[in-house]
Amino acid sequence: MAMTPRRKRLVLFGSVLLGVAISAGIATLAFRDNLQYFYNPSEVAAGKVPAGKRFRVGGMVPKGSIHRETGSLTVNFEVTDFEHTVKISYSGVLPDLFREGQGIIAHGKLDNQGVFVADEVLAKHDEKYMPPEVRDSLKKTHTPDAPAPAAGANQS
Amino acid sequence: MNQWASFGEWLAMGGYAAYVWPSIGLAIGTLLLNMVMARRRHAQALQRALRRLAVDGNGNGEA
Amino acid sequence: MATWTWFHKLGSPPHVYRIAGRFAPWFGWGALLCIVYGLFGGLVLAPPDYQQKDAFRIIYVHAPAAWLSLSCYTAMAVAAFVGLVWRMKIAHAAAAALAPVGASFAFVCLATGSLWGRPMWGTWWEWDARLTSQLILLFLYLGYMALRSAHDDLQRADRSSAVLAIVGVVNVPIIHYSVYWWNSLHQGATVMKADRPSMPTEMLVPLLVMFLGFTLFQLWVLCTRLRAEILDRERNARWLQEQLREGA
Repeated sequence: MAMTPRRKRLVLFGSVLLGVAISAGIATLAFRDNLQYFYNPSEVAAGKVPAGKRFRVGGMVPKGSIHRETGSLTVNFEVTDFEHTVKISYSGVLPDLFREGQGIIAHGKLDNQGVFVADEVLAKHDEKYMPPEVRDSLKKTHTPDAPAPAAGANQS
Repeated sequence: MNQWASFGEWLAMGGYAAYVWPSIGLAIGTLLLNMVMARRRHAQALQRALRRLAVDGNGNGEA
Repeated sequence: MATWTWFHKLGSPPHVYRIAGRFAPWFGWGALLCIVYGLFGGLVLAPPDYQQKDAFRIIYVHAPAAWLSLSCYTAMAVAAFVGLVWRMKIAHAAAAALAPVGASFAFVCLATGSLWGRPMWGTWWEWDARLTSQLILLFLYLGYMALRSAHDDLQRADRSSAVLAIVGVVNVPIIHYSVYWWNSLHQGATVMKADRPSMPTEMLVPLLVMFLGFTLFQLWVLCTRLRAEILDRERNARWLQEQLREGA
């Protein structure tokens, strides 16, 4: 088939776009692990985290896991992805949304006892918004402690 | 609308006024800025075209 | 070939100049109405969120700004592609007309996101996939505009900037899916997904109206700036001189 100049340009710029898209896709797959903002507790348990280095761990704070040390700012709590759990120790200011059942992301290092010593704790919220009354009635009708899908729940 | 007891309470935004109002202000300001700049861009182009028309006079465009 | 007449009409500067002039007021007033109502609905009528309280109201400017910056870039890339392949000058003009509004709202999206992230997440900025890819979008816009102004020759400016616009469009799906592909601090989409929006009607309606308002505003800017581009590019054309003499 004869190629008109226009068709040639269509093929040229079409293949430029396709090429860029494919290389972006490959790069995305290749760097997938490096571009993770945080690790799940399961990844921590499997030893996939950088040894001896600072990293972030994210998950949901289970009910009853928050313990404040008296006389200091230190808070001990856990994060879970419902398969594995990481113990976290943190002293400092917590974000407004920090509470049981909330997704959080902690930045720090594992110590010798396997406790994650954090120097920064961020709250992660989900994409659902609702008025307080709706939330309250949902709580009454459904399982009261069903956690909102939190950090890491969308990622295996 | 019964959620706001007073105008002051609305302004306070439940303690988040320092974050909510700058966001709204920035968005409105950017809308206005885009409006002014686009209109000015059009007015200037129109001025140039009209001036050209006046200089060329009889309008023998090359098309 | 009758189906192609609309396409050729779309490439005709006099036709586009008139059409843009006719539609601009509708887009402009529509945008004003929608944005005024949307802000009133979002800031006054909508109930607070159960966990973020009134801080969640930032969504009424943050999400529409994000939408504008992404849709604007996509439109710009499509126009640039048409301009390159069909050698259609008006398409390049449209791409150039879209860049400033898209760039400014990419910035608004980042800045309002930062103002929202500080009280809710506990940080102004994190190098997470969503935030970083949105920052790259801003840089793509700035690069596009810088590349255009670096050329004195309009045709060269059109063509080289168009290549950048097309290459950069791969970033658009990356931004959207970043929160699903990677572990991210940013949450998933509330409205822009196949599922039902994760929001009750009284919160959702003002947000949708804001989306519509920002879209209409973007179209108004496109019409106004495109007319300016046509005036500059067609300055020697007979139709324009006739049009101006008639008083347009």
